[in-house]
Amino acid sequence: MKPYDLIVIGGGPAGLAAAISAREAGVKEILILERDNEPGGILNQCIHNGFGLHTFGEELTGPEYAIRFIEQAKALQIPCKLNTMVLDLQDDGSGVKQVTAMNRQDGLLELTARCIILAMGCRERPRGALNIPGFRPAGVYTAGTAQRLVNMEGRMPGKEIVILGSGDIGLIMARRLTLEGAKVKAVAELMPYSGGLARNIVQCLEDYQIPLLLSHTVTDLHGKDRVTGVTLSQVDANSRPIPGTEQEISCDTLLLSCGLLPENELSDKLGVSLSPVTGGPEVNESLETNVPGVFACGNVLHVHDLVDYVSEEAARAGLHAAQYLKEKKRDSRDFSLPICPKDGIRYTVPQTVRPDCMDDTLLVRFRVGAVYSDCRIFVSLGDTCIQTLYKKKIAPGEMQQLTLKKADLAAASPSDSIIIRLEENVHGNA
Amino acid sequence: METRNLICINCPLGCSLTVVTDDAGNVTVSGNTCQKGADYGRKEVTNPTRIVTSTVRVHHGRLPVVSVKTSSDIPKGKIRAVMDAIRSLSVSAPVAVGDILLPDAAGTGANVIATKNVEKLASEIQGSYDT
Repeated sequence: MKPYDLIVIGGGPAGLAAAISAREAGVKEILILERDNEPGGILNQCIHNGFGLHTFGEELTGPEYAIRFIEQAKALQIPCKLNTMVLDLQDDGSGVKQVTAMNRQDGLLELTARCIILAMGCRERPRGALNIPGFRPAGVYTAGTAQRLVNMEGRMPGKEIVILGSGDIGLIMARRLTLEGAKVKAVAELMPYSGGLARNIVQCLEDYQIPLLLSHTVTDLHGKDRVTGVTLSQVDANSRPIPGTEQEISCDTLLLSCGLLPENELSDKLGVSLSPVTGGPEVNESLETNVPGVFACGNVLHVHDLVDYVSEEAARAGLHAAQYLKEKKRDSRDFSLPICPKDGIRYTVPQTVRPDCMDDTLLVRFRVGAVYSDCRIFVSLGDTCIQTLYKKKIAPGEMQQLTLKKADLAAASPSDSIIIRLEENVHGNA
Repeated sequence: METRNLICINCPLGCSLTVVTDDAGNVTVSGNTCQKGADYGRKEVTNPTRIVTSTVRVHHGRLPVVSVKTSSDIPKGKIRAVMDAIRSLSVSAPVAVGDILLPDAAGTGANVIATKNVEKLASEIQGSYDT
């Protein structure tokens, strides 16, 4: 069978936007593989509003945002196989990749593609990864599972709820469950700051007088068959529980909103090298992984706060895939510069830049490791500062971005690196 | 004169707004980065509003619920009343995005509209679960 030009793994916001932009750039044989029974991914359970302000200039709910892309993909006649689970990805070095998938109609599918876009998204950190003591009673859910139960299956996970972790899904579920008549007793956050967006603290907790307990964690889980309560303790600067600060809160449900992990088992099988910091593939300026012709975008690459940024990033991945298929952008001198995050900068995406392959400008997204105020971000090529950026306040929960200019990298030699670092209190006591 | 520090909720940038109401009742907003921020700051101290999103029961649908929103923002104090109205509502599939499921929810003037397509359950059309 003739190989597809492009197979997109995942039909969520990233996969849809990538496929659409690849098609618009002239890629003919495209196939999207999606494991759920409808495209749209996580947007289908994110029924709250706040999506699309950057992309469409209006505020949409998750399902509405998804439909816009689904309709576009349909109009461009991009086929999407639903209920289809991709089991394996292989690259034998010939330039054609093997995709093994299965579904109920086709049985086992062995497909080939010249190019692959990874868009599998992420999943939630489960209880097993959190070292919460106690029995294994019913009533412990990840926030996203509860979101799916309430918003798509019409079921309530419980009546009295404690939420561990102040990630956005946890905050949004605090409001959602309150509106549906549950009592959300507290949101406990291990860190001294929230991992969620400021707007969600205001709209989801403060509007409903739900207490946010910073520097707190669950140190015991009560109940054998069903959760009957949790013990919360304050933690010190090293996140260790402080003895004597325990408080017991009765509840029948504990929701976990403790971080998202890019889902990269398939990337790993393909030989894609993953960043230990983001958990996603390491990519160059074209969002291409170390395996030529394999691109990544969306939450499988690094966890985003905003779907608008996912769509934008995915569209670039689609465009770069199209360029790869046309075999443009190859250059004899295409050495690669690493982008090195330092002093407060936790990671960047992309991780490397080939100056000769980049467009005139390149969007670099990054996160910081803690909350900083009055800080300046310095971008340097070797010892030469090429850009600075001032931020009044910067937090790990809000992804940042800067634009690298090709002209600034003209003097780069293959031994150089781009360093991005942060200095706090640049105005001192002034 | 009254000063309130707010976080703008219009978009995830979450700008820090300073809203000053002087003795004559004039409201000035600073710290915003767009017009929406200025509007929000002014509204939040005079008449705070929210868009409410929830779900409505669906009979014979592909899903048991359909996601909904209020067609415009409603007064914050009316959220409970609107939720009560939404929770007592049920509709029959099919439902399409934009369908008005409840006009003038709780006297707010806002309609409750569907934000998702929920098609009729295939088994009821074809008489079989095995498709």
